[in-house]
Amino acid sequence: MLKMDDIQKRLLLEVADLHDVPEGAYNLRANGTSAGRRSTQNIEIASKEDGTGLDITIKDGTVNQSVHIPVVLSKSGLTETVYNDFRIGEGCDVLIVAGCGIDNCGTQNSEHDGIHRFWVGRNSKVRYVEKHYGSGDGTGKRILNPRTEVYLEEESSMEMEMVQIKGVDSTERTTTADLKAGAHLVVRERLMTHGEQRAMSGYHVTLNGDGSSADIVSRGVARDRSYQELALKITGNAACNGHTECDSIIMDEGKILAVPSLEANSVDAQLIHEAAIGKIAGEQLMKLMSLGLTEQEAEEKIINGFLK
Amino acid sequence: MLELKGVSFEVNDENGREEILRDINLSMGDRRFIVITGPNGGGKSTLAKLLIGVERPTAGRIYFDGEDITELSITERARKGIAIAFQQPVKFKGIQVLDLLRIAAGRNLSASEGCDFLSEVGLCARDYIGREVNSSLSGGELKRIEIATVIARRARFSVFDEPEAGIDLWSFQNLIRVFEKMRRDITDSTILVISHQERILKIADEIIVIKDGVVERHGDKKDVLPEILGTESAVDACIAFKRREAENNA
Repeated sequence: MLKMDDIQKRLLLEVADLHDVPEGAYNLRANGTSAGRRSTQNIEIASKEDGTGLDITIKDGTVNQSVHIPVVLSKSGLTETVYNDFRIGEGCDVLIVAGCGIDNCGTQNSEHDGIHRFWVGRNSKVRYVEKHYGSGDGTGKRILNPRTEVYLEEESSMEMEMVQIKGVDSTERTTTADLKAGAHLVVRERLMTHGEQRAMSGYHVTLNGDGSSADIVSRGVARDRSYQELALKITGNAACNGHTECDSIIMDEGKILAVPSLEANSVDAQLIHEAAIGKIAGEQLMKLMSLGLTEQEAEEKIINGFLK
Repeated sequence: MLELKGVSFEVNDENGREEILRDINLSMGDRRFIVITGPNGGGKSTLAKLLIGVERPTAGRIYFDGEDITELSITERARKGIAIAFQQPVKFKGIQVLDLLRIAAGRNLSASEGCDFLSEVGLCARDYIGREVNSSLSGGELKRIEIATVIARRARFSVFDEPEAGIDLWSFQNLIRVFEKMRRDITDSTILVISHQERILKIADEIIVIKDGVVERHGDKKDVLPEILGTESAVDACIAFKRREAENNA
């Protein structure tokens, strides 16, 4: 059993769908200290010597295994920066689940800045899930500033699911990726802000090798008086394919700035970007209301579907 | 039974007040398949909007099973058993066909129950049940899913606004079969289709002709259809499609 209180357990469920210890390798960080860890034969989790984070090493040929490294914060006023480095060998197929849940009932700000770096070996396949969640009714802010760096070796691939649906007051997320020949990156980001929240999300993906590709889709909903800034950039330096899509629903007095950008440095680079911002269409509401939903229920259905 | 008593609808535009519908009196009974036809711009779709509560009449009252529903919202009328298949089906990002059928049925349908509704509209259910209701679906597919959501509601009064609009001839043939089946299976409900397609008119028990905002004719099919054949109110599907193609190519 993990040494956690009820609030921490609830946060863990929100960010990692975990009720208790997950199968496979894991490290659980609660209020700045480790609340449990397990390495496996193929996946080693070790603390960095200077104590700033974790070194996670996955052996060549590790398939159908998972690593969970969720973080929960339930103490007001806690600020931490954590460096986690993932070195994934060749020919692997693994699932990595990260994510951070903050509950702040106090008056001081709580902040977790996670810097995740991934080196993905040749022919390896990684699925990465990162969920962020905030709760608590204190006046202290819940702040998350994740930075993610991805280095994909030849013929490797990574699929990233980045989700922040609720309760994070301020976030600045930066993701960069460098892809070698034949490497593929898929990103699905979902972002919902409400109240006075601010969220900034920037991606810069560089396609360096022939046959590399990236597909980055960010869907956002800005409600109340919240603000979102999305900057999706792809640089193509070879015969590559890149696609970014930034699709946002704006509500109430929300504000959204979408800045897609493409840079081609090779005549064989094929890059596309799409960006759209709009309110919920009246016909969509009308259709669901004609099926018996109230306007509010219809709105929830539309947003839940959009962010699914 | 749905009744309109002295219903009028006016809009204000730059040319002043314009009367779209004038003093409409209609009674639409149970177990009837009724088709409303008439030239374009005659007020048919406006009438559908008044029935489901998107618009309110500027004069007159609407009664459903004797209850005055004139001031009720779209949601309230839907919950009383009025359903509509819109002329332009709406797309939703992230909402799957099964999600939409569940909302329509008002309960957590199993996938196989959802499939039954899709089969009724001639879609191979297992290919569609998990699909998103988005632009990856063709006009004909969206139309049939739209109709399936109305069937799933098991409503007392169902309106189909120009089901043939925006689909190809092949999909139209399938659609005819869907409506023929609906007519056969009709129990205690009323089906109202807005269309000027001859083949849909032939399925009807009653035909209502609306022209220039008034009810020009209302009666049994056997009486009304012979009078309107060959006019704008009863168009042969092939001719209509050829005309649409010619317009698109012009």
